[in-house]
Order: sequence, then C-alpha cells, then structure tokens
Amino acid sequence: MEQKLYLDKKRYGAYVKGRAARSHVFSNCTNAFLVGGSICTLGQALLGFYGQVLGMDERASATGVSVSLIFLAALLTGIGVFDRIGRVAGAGTLVPITGFSNAVTSPAIDTRSEGWVMGVGAKIFTVAGPVILYGTLSGVLYGTVYYILSLFL
Amino acid sequence: MRTNREKRLFHFETPISVSASASAVGCEEWKGPYGKYFDFHDPSDRFGAKTWELAEGEMAKCALNLALKKRKISHEEIDILFAGDLQNQCMASSAGLYSFGIPYIGLYGACSTSVEGLLLAALTMNAQKKVARTAVVTSSHNCAAERQFRLPIEYGGQRTPTAQWTATAAGAFLLEKEKKGMQDSACIRTGMIGRAVDGGISDANNMGAAMAPAVCDSLRTYFEESGEKVEDFDLIVTGDLGTEGSAILEVLCRDVGFSLLDRHFDCGANLYDLQKQDAHAGGSGCGCIASMLAAYFVPKLSRGEHRRLLVLATGALMSPSSIQQGGSIIGIAPAIVMEYEKGEKKRARPDS
Repeated sequence: MEQKLYLDKKRYGAYVKGRAARSHVFSNCTNAFLVGGSICTLGQALLGFYGQVLGMDERASATGVSVSLIFLAALLTGIGVFDRIGRVAGAGTLVPITGFSNAVTSPAIDTRSEGWVMGVGAKIFTVAGPVILYGTLSGVLYGTVYYILSLFL
Repeated sequence: MRTNREKRLFHFETPISVSASASAVGCEEWKGPYGKYFDFHDPSDRFGAKTWELAEGEMAKCALNLALKKRKISHEEIDILFAGDLQNQCMASSAGLYSFGIPYIGLYGACSTSVEGLLLAALTMNAQKKVARTAVVTSSHNCAAERQFRLPIEYGGQRTPTAQWTATAAGAFLLEKEKKGMQDSACIRTGMIGRAVDGGISDANNMGAAMAPAVCDSLRTYFEESGEKVEDFDLIVTGDLGTEGSAILEVLCRDVGFSLLDRHFDCGANLYDLQKQDAHAGGSGCGCIASMLAAYFVPKLSRGEHRRLLVLATGALMSPSSIQQGGSIIGIAPAIVMEYEKGEKKRARPDS
C-alpha cells in the first residue's frame, strides 16, 4: 500500500513546493524598478548639485553621492521607515548602496541591547558580513589576476 | 470508556477546570479581528521594558497577574507554574515570572507550548493529590523572535507569501481540580501528547507546511483511538498553521480518510486581518493560540456557547542551526479536549 502523504517526505515535499504561492514577480519588478530608479535619479541629482553648485571635482562628488545615500538609508532605518519601504520596493532599495547601509544599520540597532562590545561590536556585520568578506576576497583575486596579466600584456 | 485501542489518549480521572484565563497582546494583535477580546494591550509593544526580550517577560507577567485578579486569588495559592516561550533558554518566562516565587517548570515546545503546558499541568494534577492549583503561561514577542530566528527588526527585506508573523501575545490559565464553589468553566478531560513528525520541509518561511504533517498525525491517532469523529466537536482548533498550513492539513486529512469540513479554526489564520495587515499566511508563535484560547475560546466554553473543542497547538521545532546545517523543521502537535462544565453555584470567596 502507498504510504500516506503526510508520512511520505518526498511526495509531501514536492506537493508543498508545487502549491506554495510565488511572490508576485511582475509587481515586485515594477516596484523595484520605480523605487530603485528614483534612488538613482536622486543620486544623479546630488551628483549635479555637488559638482556644479558646490564645485567639487568628479571623484569627490561621486563619493559625496555614496555617502549621502548611505546616510539617508541609515537615517530612515533608524526612524523605522526603511523596512516599510523595503517591504514594497524589494530589490529597488536592496541593490543600490542603500540596501548595504540598511544591512549594517539594522543589526546595530538590534544588538544595542547587548552592549557596545558584545552587541553592536560583535554583531554589526551579521547580515553584511558575507558581502564584505567575499567582496574583499574577490577584489584580491581580481587584482592578482590583473597584475599577472599586466606583466605580459 | 477506555478501549484497548487507546494507547496514547489520557482520560483524566479528575477533569481539570480552567478557572480563569487572561491575555495580553501587542498593537497588531489588538488591531486584528479578535482584538476586542484581549484583556490588555500595549500599543508600543514595549510593556515598559528596555529590551524586547524583557518586554515579552513583562507581557507574560501581565497576563498571569490579570488571571489571578480575575480569580481573586494570590500567586501564593498556585502550586506549580508551567511556562514557556520561544526565546533561547526560555528567557521571557524565567525573567518575567520568577518574581511570583511559584515553583516553576520551564517548557519549550515552540508554538505548541501552551497545550503542552496545559497537558502537563493536567497530568501532574491527576498524579499528585496535593497539587490543587496550577498556572500555565506562554508568550511570544514578534521583535524578540525576529531577532533570534530571522533578521534584524529594521531590515528592509521582502517576505514570501507563505511566511508567517510571530504574534506579540501572551496567555495565562489557572487550572484547578476542586469543584466546590466553581462557576461554569472550561474543563480538560482528555489529552494526548504529540509525536515529533518530520515532514522534510526545510523552508523557514513555510512553517505551516512543516507543522501540518504533525497535526494530521495527531488528529488521525486521536480519531482512531477514541472512535470519535470530527462531528463530535464544535470546532477543531489548531494553533498557527496559517492559511497555507490549514489548506495543506485539509488535503493531508482527506488522504487519511476524513475531512475537517468547516469545523476547522486556525488561530494563526484568524489572529490578523490578512487583507489589511501585512501578516502574509497568518500569525504564529506560542502566544498566538495561547492568547486566542485565553481570550476567546475559554470564555466561550465557560458560557456554554461552545460545548466541546479539540484543541491542537502546533509547534515547528525550528532550530536556526539545524536549518543552516541543511536539516529540516520537525513538527509537533499535542492535543487536549476542552469541554463546557457546569459548575456549582457561585460561592463567595473570603477576600484575602
């Protein structure tokens, strides 16, 4: 006799996977495009402002834009607004530098109750840690390959 | 009537009455469709505490205090306290309730803790003559649970449609076996300890699917051993399967040969207004069924508006380590039968 569905892990797993509602890809993509696009437009506007109004050079204004967006995202995280935007925007707030800012700020707020050292100090990179580690490592790898190639080319 | 088939069912020689119950909840739960039934809510979810973990403890304390107040007894009259929550080392229960000084047993059964506690209390009271009064308190707090099991509270990510929302809620129950002077009440006559069932689900965002096989196992065992049918109950109340888990449970039950029809009530699927509140597949957490039982079902049973309920709390025994190591989420579903019990005439208690 066939095993009952609730005791048959394989069949049950396939059933559960098959029936689970998927995220709404179309509306998620649209929201991500709109919010992500707005953030980038804001970045562009800031770039113009720093360059033309404040007279900063290109490199300094680019850094200024990054710093401003990081600050804004951190501020919005702190006042409890960012997660509400993120819930709708998804990748729209995650992909620009704002997502990285939120990923560092939110554990910092969370772990404040465990103190500056064992809380914030030890756990601030619990979300962003993998990105920092593997980002740095792939940078090293890329640099090494680039250096070796540049010897011959 | 005890038949030979009954291996896992306990029929309590002395039925245990729920003499009082109380609940305390957070803001979202209060805004939900059953909000008006809860005894106390704090719109800030903070309950006057500095950290989320301690806030949960304060909420549990508040629920127990309210239950004692309703029964007009002091905490010194409670022989044993059974309490549990979702936090590591059950911090909320011990930190929040130690000050009562009641002999305490800490429990962990994930979201099944409330029925686990009621079951243990009933078993203890039947086994030991001198245990006359016990209390069962369980709680969960959204922020404490998110932080421990998932991601930082302010992290701006999207959740999948099958994800559930840990309820900020606590429920407290006072249990007694002395019938003298007892008003009409809800009473526990039968119970069954759940078996841990592994459905092979490892998606922490689909807890309903992880728990449904355990509920099906408990229901099947209960009906087979007791010879009763779904129709013998006003409602089959489950803990926090959510909409996804409830739909799966119906399919699983049909597969083993019965249907819950429209007699199934899942606390998780009903705690929030799923159209308006961002709870996806519904509520979860120890406090979910505990608060719904304490605020809604126990009072309804005490008034005789429900006669007989089969209550199954559903626990997803999820360990973040297990999931990261590629393991699955094991489910459990202990069951109790709660019935309306006619009490003696109310006897005035001397005020202490």
